[in-house]
Amino acid sequence: MSIRRRDRQQADDWPTYLAARAQQVKEPRLSRFFAQTTLDPEMPIGEAPLVAMDFETTGLDASRHDIVSVGVVPFTLSRIRPADGNYWVLSPRRALSDESVAFHHITHSEVESAPDFTTIIDDLLTMLSGRLAVVHYRRLERAFLDAAMRERLGEGLLFPMVDTMSLEAQIHRQSWWARLRRWAGRPVASIRLHESRQRYHLPAYTGHHALVDALATAELLQAQIQYHYRWDTPIGALWR
Amino acid sequence: MNIEQLDIRGHMAQFAPFDNLPDALLDRIAAAVEIRYFQAGSELLTKDQPIDALWYVRSGAVEMYQRSGRLFNRLGEGGIFGYSDLLRHRPVRYPVNAIEDTLIYFIPGAVFEAVCDEDDDFAEFFDTGGQRLKVTVEQQRDDSELMTTRVRKLVHRQPQMVEASTSLQEAAQHMRDANATCVLVIDVTETHSAYTFSDRDGKHWKLSGILTDRDFCTRVLAEGLSPETPVGEVMSRRVIVVQSDESVYEAMLCMLRNQVHHLPVLHRRQPMGVLHLSDIVRYETHSSLFLVNNIYLQNTPDELARLSGEVRTAFVRLVADGANSEMVSRALATIGRSFIQRLIELAEAELGPPPVPYCFMVLGSMAREEPTITADQDNALILDDSFDPERHDGYFEALARFVSNGLDACGYPLCKGDIMATNPRWRQPLAVWKRYFMEWMDDPNPERLLHSSIFFDLAPVHGEAPMVEALQDLIAEVAPQRQRFLAALARNAKNRTPPLGFFRTFVMERDGEHRKSINLKRRGTAPLTDLVRVHALACGSKAQNTFARLDDIEGTKLVADGVVERLRYAFEFLSMVRIRHQADAIEQGREPDNSVNPENIDSRERHHLKDAFEAISHAQQFLSFRYTMPSKKDAPSKQDAR
Repeated sequence: MSIRRRDRQQADDWPTYLAARAQQVKEPRLSRFFAQTTLDPEMPIGEAPLVAMDFETTGLDASRHDIVSVGVVPFTLSRIRPADGNYWVLSPRRALSDESVAFHHITHSEVESAPDFTTIIDDLLTMLSGRLAVVHYRRLERAFLDAAMRERLGEGLLFPMVDTMSLEAQIHRQSWWARLRRWAGRPVASIRLHESRQRYHLPAYTGHHALVDALATAELLQAQIQYHYRWDTPIGALWR
Repeated sequence: MNIEQLDIRGHMAQFAPFDNLPDALLDRIAAAVEIRYFQAGSELLTKDQPIDALWYVRSGAVEMYQRSGRLFNRLGEGGIFGYSDLLRHRPVRYPVNAIEDTLIYFIPGAVFEAVCDEDDDFAEFFDTGGQRLKVTVEQQRDDSELMTTRVRKLVHRQPQMVEASTSLQEAAQHMRDANATCVLVIDVTETHSAYTFSDRDGKHWKLSGILTDRDFCTRVLAEGLSPETPVGEVMSRRVIVVQSDESVYEAMLCMLRNQVHHLPVLHRRQPMGVLHLSDIVRYETHSSLFLVNNIYLQNTPDELARLSGEVRTAFVRLVADGANSEMVSRALATIGRSFIQRLIELAEAELGPPPVPYCFMVLGSMAREEPTITADQDNALILDDSFDPERHDGYFEALARFVSNGLDACGYPLCKGDIMATNPRWRQPLAVWKRYFMEWMDDPNPERLLHSSIFFDLAPVHGEAPMVEALQDLIAEVAPQRQRFLAALARNAKNRTPPLGFFRTFVMERDGEHRKSINLKRRGTAPLTDLVRVHALACGSKAQNTFARLDDIEGTKLVADGVVERLRYAFEFLSMVRIRHQADAIEQGREPDNSVNPENIDSRERHHLKDAFEAISHAQQFLSFRYTMPSKKDAPSKQDAR
């Protein structure tokens, strides 16, 4: 099943998928992850343990490009805890282009001395276990994580994610007001991370660092929930 | 962990008190920070909720309210709150709301307290109120060696002391042998009093005079006195002294003010040496010293006017030397008084001797010895009661005009409110002045007092000082008993409020050129001197200077413990910010004024500035409780019928 279809169909049925994977999965580390990650779709977002995650990659296609850095920051709606977060620079299997070097502020030498994704799997899974992941643009993180796991462990890794970009799209692109604007030929609101944050008067960060962007995503979700949702909005209504 | 990438540390490093933290401690704080977003309008802290962290505004703005609902504080980026409750381990006292979308950094209480324990400067920053200001003020003072040097440091030798019966020749031999330029004349007395000191044998002595080498020329040789004449017959009985713990600077001003070159230095009442003008000059060549000397050497108003540029130079140098506000203000007052004195001397030389005795007095900031570099002139003439307008007023009008115009040319602009001796209303016999003051005190209304409160700061400059003292006595006697007068003054003292209702950090004045600025005089020092005056009048103080008045108020029960201390430091701090701002303006070739842009004030100073404004605001609130209008049946009056 392609990731894209999985993504579309699973929205309402993540508990079934997670339960099925927990039964079927062979790889012990993934097995532990699925056993610990039983997310109740009725859980209020305000009570949910969350983890913001961001990848920097050599490109946009998970089949051709690789992850170069990973940032994760655990949080809840009432506290973001950067001190408990983590950040890794990884060695991509495929060459790092000069453009992406410039883009991510990661140097060739940093990457050359960096370990393979394999070495961080344990720590990353520990960080994600039992928490609902929050990303900005889920297609990228979901596809790259699944591909990286498939390649190293022989089995993929898919789980529900709250996507701050798609929340922003719903608010600013699918509302009747947004449609009216589009019909009137007005520019569409940007839903990129930086522009989205500006709408909530969040400070500007120097972008494209996986840890900074993970923190930026966590703050953005806190702002979105305060503005457009409720503390007791069930996570099942937010995840994709 | 690459937490430094998150820029938490970089952000905090820009703001007080984090900006002065050593790297290791700042790292520790930044690494422990937790974060939360608050939407505009939401409540961050509710009253009585427990608090376990110091709150830091990363972006946005918050405001806090007192129980009464009155706005207590507003904070913007880099602002911190919650520390007073946190340090006292008590629940939140003031609710806090976000007035903009706000991102908060939490510094866990345990980390905060650990850093307080390790870094004294950091801990001191959080000590509330006057304490926090005090540190800053004392640091400023420590900056200057000249200003903190005590007179005793310049005194190296015991004074030469002789009894009044000693012959002039013997006294001269003493001076020669000791290579001294003066002798102090002492008399043995039976009684022990406030002016006596005891020697090792338990005898009581009194310092009764001084005889200098100059006196040997003018009073002995020029008069052809015999060497056998006792010094007691020749000495000057007017002995100006200084206490050994006064600053060198104060001693210098004392010499200038009194036109003496020798200053006996006392430890309590015991003479411990004599300071000579040259000792000070040798110690530190100081421009304001020469300026005052120069003033007395000029022979026409035009020549005096040429010196006006040097006033600013002297002022800038004083500030650069790290003088505190009291020293700068005293120097400016001494310079201003010298200009007036010299102008009057020149006027008398031109107009002839005065037909009746008089006193030329200054009012307002000059009388309080707190003029700034931008001060205008406020003065008046008190004339002897034998004054006859027909015969004498022509003289005094001419004198007043001579002085006023001269001062104007010397950089002291004419008073816009026409409070000058040139105004016939303010050129009156002592009896009329007494009537004026009785009218102000007996039949006060806020409108009338608005323009006359300046008269309650008064000091003599030239002529018969007892005339001004008579008015000061009258005020000190009558004012404390006039409840309505004090209430009206108190009401006026609240007209100008400190900028606490600021947006984010401050409310900006919306006046012409000074957009985005705070007028430190109108919103700071002036309301403070106003409210101090009310208390001073209420307790019958005859002091004019705001610091001296605060000393007097401290001895009463008029205000709560600690309030005087807070006001003293608030005044020192506000004055100093204003003075430095004006010195900067002069150095940069701009016209000095009273408006500062808070953006030009570093964040540490900004905190102190807010403390100072809060101290004033609290003291203003207290005024209305302390000085209430008596009810109408006690004192029926038309003004109260609103």
